[in-house]
Amino acid sequence: MAHSGINVLFEGTNFTRLLGGLWVTVKIAAVALILGLILGIVLGVLRTFKSRLLRLVLRLYLEFFRIVPTVVLLFLFYYILPKQMNFNLPADQLATLVFALWVGAEMSDIVRGALISVPKHQRESGLAIGLNRYQLYRYVLIPQAITLEIPATINLATRVIKTTSLLMLISVMDVINIGQQIIEANNHTHPTGVFWVYGLIFLFYFLIDYPLSWWAKRLEKRRLARANG
Amino acid sequence: MADKILQVAHLEKYYQKRHVLYDINFSVDKGEVVTLLGPSGSGKSTLIRCLNGLEPYQNGTITFEEETVTPTEKNWQQIRQKIGMVFQSYDLFPNLTVIDNILLGPTKVQKQSKDAARAEAVKLLKRVGLEDYADSYPRMLSGGQKQRIAIVRALALHPDFMLFDEVTASLDPEMVRGVLNIIKDLANTDNMTMIVVTHEMNFAQEIADRVLFLENGKILEQTPSKQFFEKPQTDRAQEFLDSMDF
Repeated sequence: MAHSGINVLFEGTNFTRLLGGLWVTVKIAAVALILGLILGIVLGVLRTFKSRLLRLVLRLYLEFFRIVPTVVLLFLFYYILPKQMNFNLPADQLATLVFALWVGAEMSDIVRGALISVPKHQRESGLAIGLNRYQLYRYVLIPQAITLEIPATINLATRVIKTTSLLMLISVMDVINIGQQIIEANNHTHPTGVFWVYGLIFLFYFLIDYPLSWWAKRLEKRRLARANG
Repeated sequence: MADKILQVAHLEKYYQKRHVLYDINFSVDKGEVVTLLGPSGSGKSTLIRCLNGLEPYQNGTITFEEETVTPTEKNWQQIRQKIGMVFQSYDLFPNLTVIDNILLGPTKVQKQSKDAARAEAVKLLKRVGLEDYADSYPRMLSGGQKQRIAIVRALALHPDFMLFDEVTASLDPEMVRGVLNIIKDLANTDNMTMIVVTHEMNFAQEIADRVLFLENGKILEQTPSKQFFEKPQTDRAQEFLDSMDF
């Protein structure tokens, strides 16, 4: 197997470097998801309030992050904000911020949808025992909304993880960027290295995303079985 | 003279342009059981829901325990602790066990100690024959059991006044008796003041001290129960009783 391109993965520190890149990817996705979930729950709750102005503002926020492509958002934050507003962050933190704001926006819609699909009688039963608005959300509405929204949230997580592949565009040393470097550095000695490196990256993404999406399906099935049974 | 626990004066309610309650006037004495009867759509449920602030009203006053209610959310929230309400759709909170459903009000709203509230809740569960279900989730219970728990959940706050909104209307017929017996027991043993909306005429006759008969959002008559079921004052009420095969 002297000439097999697979060796490129194990030359020098290549494999550990790829794993390191994967770690950057996972870390950015995970931190962004956690921050975004918290932000999304708060915004989702606010979006069920009566104030029209509040709802309009939050709606605009959602639509902005939903309509503008993620690449454009990354460029906007990476190239334009530092210049115009003197807002400087290292690329990986900036990427985390953009992703967190995006997750927050998408999540606010998931949370709002789940909250308004909790039956009206639940709200009234809560009010009837004297709960105030905070207690009503805290003990009655949000716990029920969460079981409704978990599958959609996990699907959002898989999307976020996939979308981290754009991070190389703002020079974050994520798994794809490092893979690219390895391919270029070894192009001469391992002409087929590109297949192996991208193959491994494919495997990495698959190993993270597939269990998540399987989990989401299973939870949804269980929820439906419970709701109908 | 008996204490008036609730007085409603000149209450008017609209849904947008539609006028649904017209000049409602009545009062309830302490310990009295009033049933609201009337055909579907007559405004019974709307009226009872106005009484604990779940429906806003546009005109008139509600006076509860000598105090005129200022209809703000904060005010209602205080008053609702003294007014227990049970709904047709027995909505226990599905995310909480039976005991946690019951304890939510006493511990979070009234800040009672968990142990005392728990002891009290278990006593109430025994009273309705469901002490074995304390740690079950609502989805494991039958409709009748859920409705009994819903009554316990309301009682756990030590209300002075109970509202029952067609609490047996969506139950299987064989479950109805058990729930009605609990309500009757509350009236007889605890002397609980209550307003009951129901379509069960036999039950209404057994339990009511006084009947308010509503049609099209107006109170057509307020008659002591015995007299209402023997000879109501209005022809419309007589027709209604006839149509219920009573």
